[in-house]
Amino acid sequence: MEKKILGYVDGRLKESERLEVEKHLAACAGCRLRANEFRAVSGLLDELPMIEPSEAFDLRVHARVAAEPLKQSWWAWFTSSPRVAVAAAMLLLASVWVGTHSTNNQPQIAQEDIPVLENLDVLSSFDVLSELPPPVQADDGGQQQNPQM
Amino acid sequence: MARSDVQLMLDVKAGDEQSFTLLLYRYRSPLVNFLYRMVRNREQAEDLAQEVFLRVYRAREDYVPSAKFTTWLFRIATNLALNSVRDTRYQRMEISLDAPVMLDAEDGEEKTLDVAEKHPNIEQHLVEETQKKMIRHAIEKLPEKQRAAVLLHKYQELDYGEIAKILQCSESALKSLLFRAYETLRVELAPLVAQHGK
Repeated sequence: MEKKILGYVDGRLKESERLEVEKHLAACAGCRLRANEFRAVSGLLDELPMIEPSEAFDLRVHARVAAEPLKQSWWAWFTSSPRVAVAAAMLLLASVWVGTHSTNNQPQIAQEDIPVLENLDVLSSFDVLSELPPPVQADDGGQQQNPQM
Repeated sequence: MARSDVQLMLDVKAGDEQSFTLLLYRYRSPLVNFLYRMVRNREQAEDLAQEVFLRVYRAREDYVPSAKFTTWLFRIATNLALNSVRDTRYQRMEISLDAPVMLDAEDGEEKTLDVAEKHPNIEQHLVEETQKKMIRHAIEKLPEKQRAAVLLHKYQELDYGEIAKILQCSESALKSLLFRAYETLRVELAPLVAQHGK
């Protein structure tokens, strides 16, 4: 009965439940007294007045909402900022161009260059160079240059 | 025809800021009153109510109308209020006993006992104020969850199912909670109940 007595006082019971409670109250003085007391408590709670929010309340809420960072998807971010979109597109094109260009200028190691690389010790040994004959001197108008001077 | 709460919230989700303003106008007073009666401090109640609206706004993009809007709104408010009450419980016990005699006004602002000029029948006025103070203190003394249940049931007139969802308990548990709360109020307010029952 305790779970229905407040609903009865507040008129929130279904018709069948209300009739059931009324039947019980007619026979139970204790529950009848309790129902009357709960009704009195409910009436006392009605006596508390409502308060009004302050005049600044709405302004404060709007100010806090306005201060919220915009929450957008990455696509919306692009569409709402044409300059960013153009800059991003140019950056993308530049990246593609640089990538393509640098690929074409990559030093190609031809198959015939490989033996040279294999003789790297010879190239780095300057003793071999001293055994070479002196270079043929070009005739540039009578001036002679001696590389060993 | 006025748009329903759910429709307004869906419009907010679609980017209509004006619908948010309509929700604000519709629920600012119920929310502030509920929170004021939970935390017993007007400024704090307004701060919490602002926070509730802010959370509603933040959640707009994820909003799905799976439950009544008021259930969602007061669930946010109740959680904030319960946390706030628990946080300040000990602070409120430290109120200085040396403070001058004040009359705790319903609007949350303390007023000194200078009402005689405005109220010719000062005795009647004091009786009424004392009675209101007793009722407020009786509500305040309820355990937080019982208090929230009474406020949602009595002042927001939400149905049992909705209050149970807000407080995250079964309807049966809610009815027991309310019964215990009314029992406590009946005892605390016994002198007034006896008068009121006549």
